[in-house]
Amino acid sequence: MTALRALKIPFLSFLVLIVIAFIGNFALDGFVQLLSIYVLINMILAMSLNLVNGYTGQFSLGHAGFMAVGAYSSAWLSTQVPFLPGPLQIFNFLLYAVVGGIMAAGAGYLVGLPSLRLKGDYLAIVTLGFGEIIRVVLLNTPAVGGARGFYGIPGPTDHDLGGFVLSKFLMGFTHAGFWCLVTFFVIWRLMESSHGRGFLSVREDEIAAEAMGVDTTQAKVRAFVLSSFFAGVAGSIFAHYANYLSPASFNFQRSVDAVIMVVLGGMGSMSGALLAAVFITVMPELLRPLQQVIGVDIRMIIYSLFLILLMIMRPKGLFGKLELTDLYKRWKARKS
Amino acid sequence: MKLLDVRSITMQFGGLKAVDSLSFHIKKGELMGLIGPNGAGKTTVFNMLTGVYKPTLGEIHFNGQAIQGRKPFEISRLGMTRTFQNIRLFKEISVLENVMIGATQHQKYSMLDAALITADYSQAEKALREKSLELLSIFGLESKAYDEAGSLPYGEQRELEIVRALGTQPQLICLDEPAAGMNHQETHSLMETIAKIRKDFNLTVLLIEHDMKLVMGICERIVVLDHGVKIEEGTPSVIQNSPKVIEAYLGVEEVH
Ligand SMILES: Nc1ncnc2c1ncn2[C@@H]1O[C@H](COP(=O)(O)OP(=O)(O)O)[C@@H](O)[C@H]1O
Ligand SMILES: [Mg+2]
Repeated sequence: MTALRALKIPFLSFLVLIVIAFIGNFALDGFVQLLSIYVLINMILAMSLNLVNGYTGQFSLGHAGFMAVGAYSSAWLSTQVPFLPGPLQIFNFLLYAVVGGIMAAGAGYLVGLPSLRLKGDYLAIVTLGFGEIIRVVLLNTPAVGGARGFYGIPGPTDHDLGGFVLSKFLMGFTHAGFWCLVTFFVIWRLMESSHGRGFLSVREDEIAAEAMGVDTTQAKVRAFVLSSFFAGVAGSIFAHYANYLSPASFNFQRSVDAVIMVVLGGMGSMSGALLAAVFITVMPELLRPLQQVIGVDIRMIIYSLFLILLMIMRPKGLFGKLELTDLYKRWKARKS
Repeated sequence: MKLLDVRSITMQFGGLKAVDSLSFHIKKGELMGLIGPNGAGKTTVFNMLTGVYKPTLGEIHFNGQAIQGRKPFEISRLGMTRTFQNIRLFKEISVLENVMIGATQHQKYSMLDAALITADYSQAEKALREKSLELLSIFGLESKAYDEAGSLPYGEQRELEIVRALGTQPQLICLDEPAAGMNHQETHSLMETIAKIRKDFNLTVLLIEHDMKLVMGICERIVVLDHGVKIEEGTPSVIQNSPKVIEAYLGVEEVH
């Protein structure tokens, strides 16, 4: 009974997601569809990094590395294991995403255990180094295409189910959205538990946390491993939708983008991470028409200026540490 | 029965012996004071007891178990916790969450339980929430349960630190100058509350204070520290009349 109740809101959200997928399937052009999948992937990435950087107060700068581990292990596996036919493919994607997540989580454990003793800048540098190592290793691994890239990764394709076309977008969007919801609800609920409060206490004051009986090393490693898992899932979704991977997709810039999403949204705010993920993904594309008009590509300049302005006006990010639900509560309190 | 038994611990910081071969013990249920002028080494003693520092020499036994060199969280889980002289609250989260974090060690449900909102999780969270609110009511802080801890006035932050420590369900609680920065009246009522908590929760208390007048009223036994060395130990009346203590506090030059 309770298990059913726990799944009610996620399930309803999933139904809404399917409706959105159908609307998008008919109303959006191919480019916007692709963009919406990337938005979902970046949402997963932002929420997962927020767990480490926002809630637990550690500074990881190598999230692209974990995403790469997930993407490549998932892609490689999909070329080894026979693919299920037709609409059943969705189960393949689920399986690959889980495997990609687990591989990334394993990497997170190996990197996190020794390096989480380091603080702040030092941890940032170690994780940055990890990201670069992964990228260089991939560049030099012929089995996954090396520098040429990894071609022919199976992914969602259009299926004609007797008149109705189950499109690549429908499947891809539903799958990415599914994981986005999983990431959201798992992290959200965790933060309402002793485990999540343990993460927060590490961020707030490690010495006091220990004095209260919180095993801070364990809390940090757990947050890091869970975060890596979701980054790996994001990587897997990316791999199978794009059907192609290149080590260049997981360069330092992507790690920085993830950090920007968390900082821009507000460290320790899921709502902020989600909104910032949309913004960071869509903004460069919105500016594209401008480029056509004036003939030079000043997108990055505008984008950077915008970020700087935003951080000046809202130094704690769009949401600070608050959530939409907090804002709603405040608004209600003010009204009454 | 000795709850805490400190056997000639020394803490050396480079050339400085902050604590030098200090021995004392606390019996179960006792309220003991640790006093001494600023810089005497009192906080350093707490840091050794609670695992923040590992003593350079010596042993610390808690409940008959040697604990020197253990991690702070392990010692906390064994039943010894503390407050901090320079308030170390979890400032940017709510008052209630601060208290609930103290009970983290007693929560048995897994991360999966939390993600699936199982019955184990729901019951444990509900019980914890109620208990934490009850603890907050000791100092009348329950009405501020959802405020940010850092937004409380100074005195209440000190009180919240005590409540948070109680959340760990300790046997021994070490209070590091809990009255620092309070006025006379606030201090007086704080000392009364400490005495009451001790009775209600069956606690053993080790209280640090540099102003010796404050602790005379409530401590049963007092250890006096000066320059890292124990110079006196005994009941308040013994301490009050000890020439060594008076000398240490008045800073009288040693006569050769
Ligand atoms: N981590 C440390 N490193 C070096 N010296 C320290 C350290 N902690 C405390 N001390 C020194 O030890 C002495 C005792 O300090 P402390 O225990 O804080 O005194 P009290 O709490 O009695 O005022 C002081 O001289 C202080 O400067
Ligand atoms: Mg001190």
